[in-house]
Amino acid sequence: MKAKTLATTAVLAVMAGAPVMADLVFPSLSYRTGPYAANGIPFADGYADYFTLLNERDGGIGGVATRLLECETGYNTQKGVECYEATKGEGALVYQPLSTGITYQLIPKATADGIPVHSMGYGRTSAKNGSVFRNVFNYPANYWDGASHAVTHILNENGGDISGKKIALVYHNSAYGKEPIRTLEGLAEKHGFELLLLPVDHPGQEQKAQWLQIRRERPDNVLMWGWGVMNQVAIQEAVNIRYPMENFIGVWWSGSENDVLPAGDGASGYKSITFHNIGADYPIYDDLKTHVVDKGLAAGAGDALGTVLYNRGMYAAMLAAEAAAKAQEIHGTADITPAMMRDGMEALEITEARMAELGLPNFGPEFSVSCGNHGGDGFGAIVQWDASAGSWNKITEYYQSDQDIIMPLVAEDSAAFAAENNIEAACN
Amino acid sequence: MFYREAGDFKTSYSDDSQTFPIAFDRYRYYAVLAIAVLIVPFIINDYWVNAIFLPFLIYAIAAIGLNILTGYCGQVSLGTGGFMAVGAYACYKLMTSFPDVNIMIHVFLSGLITAAVGILFGLPSLRIKGFYLAVATLAAQFFLVWLFNRVPWFYNYSASGQISAPERTLFGQAVTGANADPSTRYLVCLFFLFVLAWLARNLTRGSLGRSWMAIRDMDIAAEIIGVNPLRAKLSAFAISSFYVGIAGALFFSVYLGAVEVGEVFGINVSFLVLFMIIIGGLGSIFGSFAGAAFLVLLPVGLKNLLVTGLGWPTDIAAHLEFVIIGAMIILFLVAEPHGLAQLWRLAKEKLRLWPFPH
Repeated sequence: MKAKTLATTAVLAVMAGAPVMADLVFPSLSYRTGPYAANGIPFADGYADYFTLLNERDGGIGGVATRLLECETGYNTQKGVECYEATKGEGALVYQPLSTGITYQLIPKATADGIPVHSMGYGRTSAKNGSVFRNVFNYPANYWDGASHAVTHILNENGGDISGKKIALVYHNSAYGKEPIRTLEGLAEKHGFELLLLPVDHPGQEQKAQWLQIRRERPDNVLMWGWGVMNQVAIQEAVNIRYPMENFIGVWWSGSENDVLPAGDGASGYKSITFHNIGADYPIYDDLKTHVVDKGLAAGAGDALGTVLYNRGMYAAMLAAEAAAKAQEIHGTADITPAMMRDGMEALEITEARMAELGLPNFGPEFSVSCGNHGGDGFGAIVQWDASAGSWNKITEYYQSDQDIIMPLVAEDSAAFAAENNIEAACN
Repeated sequence: MFYREAGDFKTSYSDDSQTFPIAFDRYRYYAVLAIAVLIVPFIINDYWVNAIFLPFLIYAIAAIGLNILTGYCGQVSLGTGGFMAVGAYACYKLMTSFPDVNIMIHVFLSGLITAAVGILFGLPSLRIKGFYLAVATLAAQFFLVWLFNRVPWFYNYSASGQISAPERTLFGQAVTGANADPSTRYLVCLFFLFVLAWLARNLTRGSLGRSWMAIRDMDIAAEIIGVNPLRAKLSAFAISSFYVGIAGALFFSVYLGAVEVGEVFGINVSFLVLFMIIIGGLGSIFGSFAGAAFLVLLPVGLKNLLVTGLGWPTDIAAHLEFVIIGAMIILFLVAEPHGLAQLWRLAKEKLRLWPFPH
């Protein structure tokens, strides 16, 4: 009798407790260890702090608290899969693995499980075509946009004519680094420059041979698709061979403080592409200070605030939170499921007014997502490192990538994926 | 008391030479098999399959393969990752070129292709030994990974250089691809492991296994008593690579589904499998299982204990994992240099005498 009463009470307590327990789960597949930790830590901190801020300041999203599930991947595919399986059962709303390799793993798995993946500025570029990749998003910009941004910048600097010039691409010899090659080949044909490909193997600590080749071939510009320790080594090597730094452009993953600081003054003038603004001069940082840092809730060591990758992590969290809010609005419920989250992401619209409201005025380009376009409009800008001031400076406005080159490639690659996996491209 | 030969009468030669001469061992073996086949598939979910069972089963196949070469034949190899990559890419090319052929046949053929490649890279073993051979196989590791990264034909000219497994079915059940049922994938890997382990156990008890061990113990003496070193060494390389190739094919098609050669089949995999057989026990099939279990389960277990159980920050837990696993490896090898298999053997010896040690 007594046992039965106890059991009944327990069941009732669980049932009563369940609605209180409801929260919005955002897994963070981060890496704070390994050769990519220098870049993984600030991103993970920014991602975590934004959700902490939402909980502390607004009580979550739409009144429902958010819960961050952090899982260490070490940028390793196998551990990433383990993290995915470990967290998906908790009601994970969206995955942002910050690794192209893990993104490739998750695309089929998450699609089968009906959980959206947001690979912001990485992952499979052709996921831009939402009619094939229903659950995968890569707004606001992708690698092919980045490649085009770099080439457009070089074009602008050379008065619109770069025929006969030589451009080298130093890239991480993985899916990540290989992504831009196809676009660059297309652009090389269009603009008549010569493309020199220099792969660097994981983790990228050894690049003497590649930079010797650059010294010999004397390319007019060097582009870099690097990550982690590879960035620091490449920039140091470029300084060592006295390569003119203003001709050296990295993708957005090769443009954080951690990458340029080790090379000292020599790194001054190094350029990088970006799809969001830099620095800590935004109203949201005041909120972060009052609600997160001063309360001792900052993630990690709490020393990354205001860095490029911290901002990017925060931006990723902001886009996820906005999509969740959108999903709540569409479906009229505060407690959303991954499928609703997907709808919210597909209907996401980021306007200047909204960013200002969030305390991030003029932080990134405006864009909107639709079923046909999961990748935004492909706007980016160039930033340059000033070693004496110790800061990045934005030196161009946001401009759009060369859609004439990119769209046919997106259509071609996504059609190939659809054919391989028997997917019928459809928007409904 | 229960664990003894006494009272278990063997009345035929085949009884006398069976793998598990002690009745208790036999029943334990059948019990493990029954649990693995009849119970586990019904209670596992995606997490158990992807985080624990598939890596364990597949690494166990690879460890048995390397144990044949290193543990039984005495040829040190650091090329396991490269040979696994051969299996994976062979499987990918076969799957995409002949979509109508059954996936099981593709996995088997991938093993055969890897065996051919293994023989090729085994040729130096006829002239060099020990550390020198380790370096030669290390060259195989780097060459093969470079090859699969460099030649676009291997990855069907895809933009990212990744290979990904399309969906293939067996008896109407998806085995590869994202829609595959966890228990189906588990059973497929279990099937391969069972057949291969059974085969390995019997090979190593037969004349071929004896010739490998003769070469391992002293190659000149083996040659004098009539063992052909060319045949013994190359057959060890071929069979070992066959196992490793099947492990690679399963690793790619059933377990991960998408693979990037430099990351998944890098030198660290070669070392991992080598550590498995060293910790488990060289020259022991059970050791291959024990080593694979140790190195697959321990990190996952520790992570769950520290992060999920104790709520520690993920980075501290990840660093501690390295420390603890490193310390345990040293501890185990100091306590028993011949690996977990030897501990198991000693435990069984003691158990046979228990409770009357005289």
